[in-house]
Amino acid sequence: MHDLNNLLLLAVILCNFFTLGSSRLGACIRVVALQGAIISVLPVTVHGPTGHSLLLGIGALALKGIFIPWLLFRAIREVRIRREVEPLIGYIPTLLIGALSTSAAFIFAEHLPLIAEHRDSLFIPTALATLFTGFLLLSTRRKAITQVLGYLIFENAIFILGVLLAEAMPLMVEAGVLLDLLVATFVMGIVINQINREFSTLNTERLSALKE
Amino acid sequence: MITALILLPLVAAVAAALLPPLRLAGWLLPLIGAGHFALALATPLSPPGSGDWLILDPLGRLVLIVTSLLFLLCSIYAVAYLRFHEQQRDNRAMVPCLLFFLGTLTLATVAHHLGLLWVAVETTTLASAPLIYYNRNRLSIEATWKYLLLGSVGIALAMLGILCTAYAVLHVGQPVSLQFDQLLATVGSSSRPWLHTGFVFLLVGFGTKMGLAPLHSWKPDAYGEAPALVGALLAGGLTSVAFLGILRGVQLMAAAGDLALARQSLVIMGLLSLALAAVFVVKQPDVKRMLAYSSVEHMGILALGVGIGGLATFGAMLHLVNNSLTKGALFLSAGNIQRAYASKHLSEVRGAMSRVPLSAGIFIAGFLAITGSPPFGPFISEFTILRGIFGQGHPWLGGLFLLLLAIVFIGMGGTVLMATQGEVPADTPPSDHRDSAMLAGPPLVLLALVLVLGLYLPEPLRIGLEQAAALLEAKP
Repeated sequence: MHDLNNLLLLAVILCNFFTLGSSRLGACIRVVALQGAIISVLPVTVHGPTGHSLLLGIGALALKGIFIPWLLFRAIREVRIRREVEPLIGYIPTLLIGALSTSAAFIFAEHLPLIAEHRDSLFIPTALATLFTGFLLLSTRRKAITQVLGYLIFENAIFILGVLLAEAMPLMVEAGVLLDLLVATFVMGIVINQINREFSTLNTERLSALKE
Repeated sequence: MITALILLPLVAAVAAALLPPLRLAGWLLPLIGAGHFALALATPLSPPGSGDWLILDPLGRLVLIVTSLLFLLCSIYAVAYLRFHEQQRDNRAMVPCLLFFLGTLTLATVAHHLGLLWVAVETTTLASAPLIYYNRNRLSIEATWKYLLLGSVGIALAMLGILCTAYAVLHVGQPVSLQFDQLLATVGSSSRPWLHTGFVFLLVGFGTKMGLAPLHSWKPDAYGEAPALVGALLAGGLTSVAFLGILRGVQLMAAAGDLALARQSLVIMGLLSLALAAVFVVKQPDVKRMLAYSSVEHMGILALGVGIGGLATFGAMLHLVNNSLTKGALFLSAGNIQRAYASKHLSEVRGAMSRVPLSAGIFIAGFLAITGSPPFGPFISEFTILRGIFGQGHPWLGGLFLLLLAIVFIGMGGTVLMATQGEVPADTPPSDHRDSAMLAGPPLVLLALVLVLGLYLPEPLRIGLEQAAALLEAKP
C-alpha cells in the first residue's frame, strides 16, 4: 500500500508540472480532473475500504474528477476560449519556480516534526508542492478560468493533507467541504460568464478599474 | 432552540427562492429578521461539556445577537430599497441570498466544531457574492471576482490551519476530534510547532475574511460596489463572524499555554491594519471606500485589543458591538446620500445636508461616533482599550494608537465634511430622492443605540461581555 500511495502522489506532482507548463486550457482542465481523480483514491489506499473512506473517495471523484471539470469545460465552451496567452511570467520560468518550490517542499518536509508513521511518506511534501503550484497559477495567470484551476489545485493540496487526518474529520464536515468547493466553482463559473459578457474577454487584468 | 435559530432563515430562503416573485416578498426580510432576533435573545447559553457540535457560548452569543440586530434593521431598510429597484431589475436573488447569508452567519456563531465553523464561514462568502454583484456593472463584477477569489483562497488557508492544529493533536496519540471542547482539552499536550503553524494559518485565513491588513485588498472594492445594506451587513456582521474564527484560535492557544505568541501576532496585525487604514483613508474621494478603510482600521483595533489582553480584551468585545452598529448606521446613511446624487464620489457629492438633511446628519454623527468622539459608544470602548494598553505598561504602543486614531479622524473628517457641508454644485442633476422613514429610520435607530451604549452599559450586556472576554484569557 505504501508504494502505491507514493506512486499516486508522484503522479499528483507530475500533474502540477503539466498545468504549470501547458497553455492549452482544455488540457489543463483535463489534468486537474485527473489530479482530482488520483487523490480521490487516496482515502481508500490509506485507511482501507471502510465506509467512511469509500464515501469520501466516491464523493471526491464525482466532484473533483467529473462534475467540476465538466462545469469548467462548459464554461470555456460558452465563452469560446482555448488558450492562455501571455501569462504574467512565461511558461519556462513558472516551470522552474515550480521545480524549485517542489524540491524546497521535499527538503522542508524532512525537517518537520512528523509523527513516526508519516516520516517516510510523500504526503506532506506533495501537499506542500501542490499548494505552491496552486498559488503560482493563481498569481501568474491572467485568464479567470486558469485562476479557478489554481484554486482547485490549492484545494487538492488541502485534500491530500486532510486524508492524513480523515479520522478527525467527520464525514458530514467533509461533505460540507466538498459541497462548498462545488458551489464555489459554480459561482465562479457564473461570474466568469458575466466577466466575458461585460468585457468581451476573460483577462482579469482588465479588472483593474478599482484601485487607489 | 439553536437548530430553530439556524433553520428559520434557511427555510425562509428556500421558500423565497421557490415562490413566485411577489410585490410583498421584501416584507419577508423584516419578518424573519424580527423572529430571528427574538430567538437569538431568548436562546440561553448551552450547558458546558455536552460535546455537541452546536453550542452557544458567550463569545458566539455576543456575535450572534449583534449580527441579528444589525440584520433586523438592515432588513427594514431593504424593504424600501427593493421597492425602489423594483422596476429596474428583478430582485429574485436578493431576498433568498440575504436570508441564506443570515443563516450561514448564525451557523458560524454557534458552530462548536472547527470543521463545521469552516464550512459555515466559507458558505457566507458564497452567499454574499451574488449580493455584491447586485448592481450588475463592470465595477461590481470586478469587486465580486476579487472578493470570491481572495475570500476562497483565504478560507482555504484557514482550512490548512485547522488541519495543522489537528496534526498537532495527532501527536498526543489519542483519536483526534475537532469538536471544540474536546480539542481544548487535548491541545495542551500537542506538538507545539504544528500548533503554532496552525494558529498562524487560522489568523491569515480568517484574517483575510475579516479584512485585516495586509489581507484587506478585496475590502474597499467589495464595500464600495455592493449595495449599502450589503456593505452594512459585511462590515458589521461578516467581519465579526470572521473575527470569531480568529478568537477560536486564540482560545486554543490559551488552552495550550501559548497565549503570549498569539497575542503578539494579533498586536502586529492590528497595528499594521491601523497604520494602513490611516494612510489610505486620508483624501479618499469615494465615500464608501472611505468606510471600507475605516472598517480595516476597526478590525485592527479589535485585533489590538485582544492582543493586549486583560481590560483591553473587554474593550475589544465592547468595540465589536459598537463597530457593528456604527458601521450599519454609516453604510445605510451613505447609501441614502449616494442615491440622492447617483454618485458616491466627492467630485459630485457636495452639500448633502441641504439635499438629504436627515441622512447627512446621521452620516456626520456616525463619523463622529466611529472615530471615537464622546458621547458615543466607540469612545468608551476605544478608551477602555487604551486604558488596557497603558495599564499593561506599553506607553509607546498607546501613543502610537492615539496618533493613528487622530490621523484617521482628520482624514475621514475631510471627506465627510466636504460631502455633507456647503452648497450643492449648480451643475448637479436634480434628484427627487428625499429622506423617508423606511430609509432613514434604520440608521437613525442604529445611531441611537450607539449613543445609548456611550452613555450607559446595560448590566446583562456587561456580564455577557465579561463572560466572552474571560474565554480569551489564559487558564490557570
